[in-house]
Amino acid sequence: MRRRIVELFAAFFKIGLFTFGGGYAMISLIEDEVARRRGWIGEEELTEVFAVAESTPGPIAINCATYVGYRQAGLAGGVAATLGVVLPSFIIIYVISLFLDRFMALTVIANAFRGIQVAVAFLILRAGVRLIRRLPVSAVNIVACALAAAAVMAVNLLGWRFSTIWLIVCGAALGLALYGGGDRA
Amino acid sequence: MTLLVLFVTFFKIGLFTFGGGYGMIPLIQQEVFAHGWLDAETLFRYIGICESTPGPIAVNMATFIGASQAGLPGSLCATVGVVLPSFVIILLIAAVMKSFRENRFVKAALRGIKPVVAGMIAATGLYIALKCVIVNFGALSGMSPDLKQIGIAAALGLSALIWTKALRRPFSPILLILLSAALGVAVYGI
Repeated sequence: MRRRIVELFAAFFKIGLFTFGGGYAMISLIEDEVARRRGWIGEEELTEVFAVAESTPGPIAINCATYVGYRQAGLAGGVAATLGVVLPSFIIIYVISLFLDRFMALTVIANAFRGIQVAVAFLILRAGVRLIRRLPVSAVNIVACALAAAAVMAVNLLGWRFSTIWLIVCGAALGLALYGGGDRA
Repeated sequence: MTLLVLFVTFFKIGLFTFGGGYGMIPLIQQEVFAHGWLDAETLFRYIGICESTPGPIAVNMATFIGASQAGLPGSLCATVGVVLPSFVIILLIAAVMKSFRENRFVKAALRGIKPVVAGMIAATGLYIALKCVIVNFGALSGMSPDLKQIGIAAALGLSALIWTKALRRPFSPILLILLSAALGVAVYGI
């Protein structure tokens, strides 16, 4: 049991260390490490886990780690796998944060970051557009999406004091009201 | 006190983030500005670094912002805060996996959440993009195009297009960030 917990920690540490580009990039590495190489979980169940991870809040990598760890070795396994996947990020970012100010004082770095700012905008915009394109086309989706976008713009531009968490709560309420009664829509 | 605020804020962010790492950027941005933790430029710089280092962007951002406010204890509180909601929710679900996914209320709520999250992320991206290419964007007066930034954006867009269409390779975020850094140095000097 103790060995299994160490293995879980090590496997997810590796996953945390080698995935760049956020949750979706992690999926293939997790599949490879956890399903194919170690056989901890069937590929079919893993697909289910990804679907659940997408439909629950929080980073997908964390959701997967907790689930696989718990299935393998109970609560201790869940803790070990989750710690494993978080630790590399934590260490790397913490070390960077220690040196960032001195680093940014270099003109060349500051200039590089003026370019990087454009890339960041591009990446976020692209993520949003991809999500929108995956939505089924329906009047409800278009209106909900446009209203949410308009609200976020208003918060940013007009300094509205309104938490965007309410948008998600409203979305959930709308979904329950429209689709909760059965599969009519 | 700062530690508690960091924990609670990131717990809230972890609890309400759907749709992968980018889903939390609108929320993080709002919370960070509301608490006066960072200015816009520093926040975007952090996002850029978190994109180009390994690991989930949510964890990276929590660690980074926590460290900037209260050192190591701050980064611990923020990171534990952002991870805890996922952890608890998944433990609960792991016990009742099948019935959760097939629950019609869960499905219905998610159908409503999806378009909202998509709209939020797209609007955030658009806002940041406009802030990049327009000087004083959002101010009542003095808005003007930033030609250097527009040049960088055009060069990036063109490279992404050539890379994906002509070479048929996926244009990874890391590649994009490295290229944009090089363009930044080329345009603004060493």
